[in-house]
Amino acid sequence: MTAVTRTALTLGLAFLYAPIAVLVAYSFNASNLVTVWGGFSLRWYAALFSDAPLIASALVSLEVAILASLIATILGTLAALAFERHGRFRGRALFTGLVYGPMVMPEVMIGLSLLLTFIGIGLDRGIATIVIAHATFCTGFVAVVVSARLRGMDRTLEEAAADLGAGPWRVLATITLPLLAPAILAGGLLAFTLSLDDLVIASFVSGPGATTLPMRLYSQVRLGVNPEINAASTLLVGLITLAVLAASWLTARRGGAGG
Amino acid sequence: MGDPAPHLDTAGLTLRGLTKRFGTHLAVDGIDLALSEGEFFCLLGPSGCGKSTLLRMIAGFEPPSAGTIRLGGQDITGLPPHRRPVNMMFQSYALFPHMSVAANIGYGLKGRPRAEAAARVDGLLRLVRLDGLGDRRPETLSGGQRQRVALARALAREPGLLLLDEPLGALDRGLREETQGELRAVQRRLRTGFVVVTHDPEEAMMLADRIGVMERGRLVQVGPPAELYRRPASRYVAGLLGDVNLIPGRLGPASPDGTRAVVTVHGTVRATDGGSSPAEGAEVVVAVRPESVRLGAEGLPATVLDATFLGDRVRRGLRLPDGSALRASAPPGDGPEPGAATRLSFAPADAVILPA
Amino acid sequence: MAAPRPDRIAARLVRLPPLLWLCAFFLLPFAITLKISLSEPATAIPPYLPVLDWQGGLDGWSSFLEALNFTNYLTLARDDLYQAATLGSLAYAGAATALLVLLGTPIAYALARAPRRWQPVLVALVVVPFWTSFLIRIYAWIAILKQEGLANLVLLKLGVIAHPLVILNTDAAVMIGLTYAYLPFMVLPLYAVMDRLDPSLREAAADLGASPARIFWTVTLPLSLPGIAAGAALCFVPMVGEFVIPDLLGGSETLMLGRVLWSEFFSNRDWPLAAAVAVLLLAIVVGPVVLFRESLRGGEDTP
Repeated sequence: MTAVTRTALTLGLAFLYAPIAVLVAYSFNASNLVTVWGGFSLRWYAALFSDAPLIASALVSLEVAILASLIATILGTLAALAFERHGRFRGRALFTGLVYGPMVMPEVMIGLSLLLTFIGIGLDRGIATIVIAHATFCTGFVAVVVSARLRGMDRTLEEAAADLGAGPWRVLATITLPLLAPAILAGGLLAFTLSLDDLVIASFVSGPGATTLPMRLYSQVRLGVNPEINAASTLLVGLITLAVLAASWLTARRGGAGG
Repeated sequence: MGDPAPHLDTAGLTLRGLTKRFGTHLAVDGIDLALSEGEFFCLLGPSGCGKSTLLRMIAGFEPPSAGTIRLGGQDITGLPPHRRPVNMMFQSYALFPHMSVAANIGYGLKGRPRAEAAARVDGLLRLVRLDGLGDRRPETLSGGQRQRVALARALAREPGLLLLDEPLGALDRGLREETQGELRAVQRRLRTGFVVVTHDPEEAMMLADRIGVMERGRLVQVGPPAELYRRPASRYVAGLLGDVNLIPGRLGPASPDGTRAVVTVHGTVRATDGGSSPAEGAEVVVAVRPESVRLGAEGLPATVLDATFLGDRVRRGLRLPDGSALRASAPPGDGPEPGAATRLSFAPADAVILPA
Repeated sequence: MAAPRPDRIAARLVRLPPLLWLCAFFLLPFAITLKISLSEPATAIPPYLPVLDWQGGLDGWSSFLEALNFTNYLTLARDDLYQAATLGSLAYAGAATALLVLLGTPIAYALARAPRRWQPVLVALVVVPFWTSFLIRIYAWIAILKQEGLANLVLLKLGVIAHPLVILNTDAAVMIGLTYAYLPFMVLPLYAVMDRLDPSLREAAADLGASPARIFWTVTLPLSLPGIAAGAALCFVPMVGEFVIPDLLGGSETLMLGRVLWSEFFSNRDWPLAAAVAVLLLAIVVGPVVLFRESLRGGEDTP
């Protein structure tokens, strides 16, 4: 590596990580003034754990993320199978647009249009509507991850199973799905994170009593910097870092074993 | 091309103790080699023997761990690739896909007057018989045409030495033979030194003035193709350059005509000392090419196992009494049928004694 | 007529659930939004007119169609606020995309040129912030950019400035936020393209006498243009509709469509106008989306 590329990389990574580092550092600041270092303290973490509304909204987020990622994983995997294993069918272009459209659609537009729909069909807004909305926009992401794996998969394995007398369902259950499992898991994890992270869509489609964590944080952030949020953010960052490390460790191990 | 001037100002390439280490792996191990000017030299060896690494060190893409590279009396060991009077033709050709054929060929001519560069590109296009294709994109050309663009591009800067990494590796079999002839013709016209890396012994023998055989990072034998074929210095070289029979035995005394007796389990044969001059009584092998094996009334007893008709010759599989197998190759015609008992012999000059 | 083969039935069963779900929760909502954008606001619940009377049959439909109007779109076209928001969305997203190309290209190039065994780690380092909460990453900048924030503190201490700068709630802050949040989206597709470039192309250029700088400009960069285009599309499309960044880092004069839609909906409760803004937003991004659909899809499977 030359000095130029090393500098570019160092500066780029510093830019990406400095704000997060600042946030983490301030979460341990005893003072509630951002510019004053009042010594190391865990008081904001203590405050955090006694903040009942915040914890309640974290639980709502978790519930939504689990349900939405489950639905999105099922729908996305089915969509990927339709794309990669059942080739041409009538309305394929429309189907492609339907699956991948929500990924690139502006969030405000997805949120608004779903809300108008829920009102139109008289569905009460709450956790269920957030789950539906999140499952809808996450399906495409799961489909992308699973399709990529399906494309890279040796088709002859499935053909060999069929040749040995397995019907389409048995091929799916005994060959395709087991081989796809890591990709399905990765897609589900992606959907889970995206759901956990969403503010805009949830703000539109949620109802009273269904405040997600990003919504709660957002309403506090609008009031300014708050050390308690720093603590909450630090916990989230730590959790996600652990999850990413675990995921890359898993994929590295699989890659090393199976290629 | 206007003036394919011979490079009188540059003498050949000289390598001294050239070594490349990757971690603990010794990829190239102390190579000494001197090429004369305008020589067509082939580095031959299986993949992983270090021949490509050696080529990349000469081109400047890998810094040597030790040793020197001199070209035309100048030490170029520390020069970056873009300052070396050496050019390379890549195995994949590495044609710039976003540039026309002419722009590819002219890429190395930056800094020369426009008209001169254009004239040179035209000359090179004619040299490789691609006149009129200068505006095409590389992806619209056939494999053989791409190969010729790569050759023309590498020659554009009139290098003192041209390095070619498996230049025919990406071509079909039929095209290979045709292109081998062309490559040889271009080299003869330009008198530029060529160093070709290849794993194909036939290709090496067809192209090269001299071949250097590499094995595990070392240059094990250097010589003209015929010499390497007829007088290999080791079982490895003997086997690499073509089919060979190896008959184990114990070395007998030297005789005044330069041949030596070798006592095998089937009887004594005479063969030429391959140069390793082991002591009397040493375990050796006698290497004989199948076409040097004569079948008839004298020599070692053998049974014909099978006969395969190959057009210009017939190959016979033979079995010696101890069960070991040999091959004999002869022009079609009379010869023992499968199942027949026969005897095999060979001229001592056609058999080489090699360390076991 | 022969019975369909079992694999044909399987194929249909496989695509039916996602098809039904997405028709119900993506296609239908879009149609409803389009319809509402052609209605007039009302104070009723739902606060728009006309409401389609499902029981009205053909008469219901025709009276419904007659009542449709383009008032909302005319408002969008004529009103200074919406003109400014449209231009603002395009300008912020466009400028930030340009900035991202300038910043992302050297970073992606450095990644691709880093030692092979370090590359997975370095790529993971670029990806991890993408997984970290978007809201939190933007929020982190508030503490840095505000008047008594870290940036001013450092600059004052270093003596670069004599008085604290106003950065938060300005265009500069919005640009910083957009660049920061979308940098991985620019770097990853670009890195993917640069990483796939045959290294012998660079070597061939060096062999033909090109300096490292000339190699970059004549070989690496031209061959990386598809990656730059993909990265630009991947950043530009969501940035046009961005809400959080202008809302948290921008000032009251930072006008972007996502933010205008939000306030039309939540503050002014003008649903038809909000729907019209949504349709306009969609019209802006549909071009790049269709052009770059392959890379918009592919860019996401890198993490």
